[in-house]
Amino acid sequence: MSQDHALAVPGAAPVAAQGTLKTASNLERVLSQGRFAVTAELGPPRGCDAAPVRKKAQILKGWVDAANVTDNQAAVVRMSSIATGLLMIGEGLEPIIQMTCRDRNRLAMQSDLLGAAAHGVHNLLCLSGDHQSKGDHPGAKNVHDIDSIQLVAMVRAMRDENRYQNGKDIPGGGPRIFIGAAENPFADPAAMRPYRMRKKALAGADFIQTQLVYDVPRFREFMKKAVDLGVHKQLAILAGVGPLKSPGMARHLRQNVPGMSVPEVFDARMEAAVKGIDTEDKQARTRAWREEGKRICVELIQEIREIEGVAGVHIMAIEWEEAVPEIVKASGLRSSAAG
Amino acid sequence: MIVAESKPLEAISAMLQRYEKVLAVGCGTCVTVCFAGGRKEVATLAASLRMKRGIEGKPLEVAEAFVQRQCEWEYIEPLAEQVKKYDAVLSLGCGVGVQTLAERFPGTRVLPALNTLFMGLPTEAGVWEERCQACGACVLDKTGGICPVSRCAKQLFNGPCGGSQNGVCEVDKSVPCAWHMIWERADALGMTDALMEIEPPKNWASSRDGGLRRMVRDDLRTPTEDGGNE
Repeated sequence: MSQDHALAVPGAAPVAAQGTLKTASNLERVLSQGRFAVTAELGPPRGCDAAPVRKKAQILKGWVDAANVTDNQAAVVRMSSIATGLLMIGEGLEPIIQMTCRDRNRLAMQSDLLGAAAHGVHNLLCLSGDHQSKGDHPGAKNVHDIDSIQLVAMVRAMRDENRYQNGKDIPGGGPRIFIGAAENPFADPAAMRPYRMRKKALAGADFIQTQLVYDVPRFREFMKKAVDLGVHKQLAILAGVGPLKSPGMARHLRQNVPGMSVPEVFDARMEAAVKGIDTEDKQARTRAWREEGKRICVELIQEIREIEGVAGVHIMAIEWEEAVPEIVKASGLRSSAAG
Repeated sequence: MIVAESKPLEAISAMLQRYEKVLAVGCGTCVTVCFAGGRKEVATLAASLRMKRGIEGKPLEVAEAFVQRQCEWEYIEPLAEQVKKYDAVLSLGCGVGVQTLAERFPGTRVLPALNTLFMGLPTEAGVWEERCQACGACVLDKTGGICPVSRCAKQLFNGPCGGSQNGVCEVDKSVPCAWHMIWERADALGMTDALMEIEPPKNWASSRDGGLRRMVRDDLRTPTEDGGNE
């Protein structure tokens, strides 16, 4: 896709060398070439109108190597991630289908993967899923038949051994899926996190996308441990980043999102961004905050890409997809949209 | 023990609306220990129901009975004659007790006065917590005696989710993260290596997912005349 966003990743060759690709995934191809990968996130709509998906896909297209499509994120019902992913494929944007263990048992997961692969889906991100008590159907029964690491292992066996979870052959071969998983370097128990990421590598994950990184020193510690364990050679680690929209967002992430570490310096920078702007001029304040949010995000990307073992960034601009091309451009990852 | 709590008086009263004479039956085992269905609770509930129906102008006769265990035939057998005299039986037992009574006395309506909550223990005075979901395939040997099935909101088998912070669960800050505890305990015992192994998908067939569960011990069954088991 892109030619110019590539800086070699220091010390990392996490994905099979070119020529031995496991899938037709563009993300895998980019990582196998040792290029610094860029992914983003596309949140499906809460209704059945395809237009907003197409619009968001057009914004991201050419600026990222692939884009995640969330699976009932925050346990709120939305258009299915696979269906949304198919719309993205139609727009020329490669989807990374997120799949949670909350809503499906192993039968549903495997059948959905067969269907997704049949439609040309090449990437999957395996997640536990936000608890339903936090969402819009708190009385729902959760599934958790298997956990996210077992899901990774199941998909790997489907792909590499052409076996269902029950060990039986998949007629005609299994889905060729590039397998992702998540890790939160800031959640507890901190000592277990790098090992848990290694466990995902052992289960067969090809890449990791992390929780939003604002606390670079803590992320650096986490990555040092990961590199010591050699996990960065077993899979590609993409650091999660995202632009703040306001000082309130920084506080909200810190106080209300479990497992988030947001240093207070960012609240201060966001506050300072609107100094001298009339408090009544809401539009000008919002503009100034968003500019500063993007600036912080660019700085974070530049800092993070220097950390050993980081193979790319995953930009989460929730309901603000327009920010992604600007951030990608300003970080020097890519100068224009790739054809 | 099995932990239960009383249904709201309004709900119990609504169930009994059409009846004039009911027999309230307590149970002397789990629900006595958790103060939900012992002698005292039977007496209190009976008095409340009588009073409520009295105020409503539709008097209700509530007789009080008590058995040591509602979940065994021989313990409830002595109720057989008494049950016939009432329109309905109100069980202050757990869900097993209610069903044992209903099965033994098919001609009488048996109603639940309690909500059965879980299998657990009192962690301090007035607080009970779940510890087991009877999944039928215990993994406590692998998790340091801390159960991920009953104590992790997502029933994870390979470590904590990303929402574990400061030792508490993302679902409820008053609930400790089971995997945080599992890790800390393994660390204290020098056994974290065991947690590096990937635990494969669980076979849920032994849990409720397999349908009604039944345990048969041939060595304990009563021999029949033809030499087989009853």
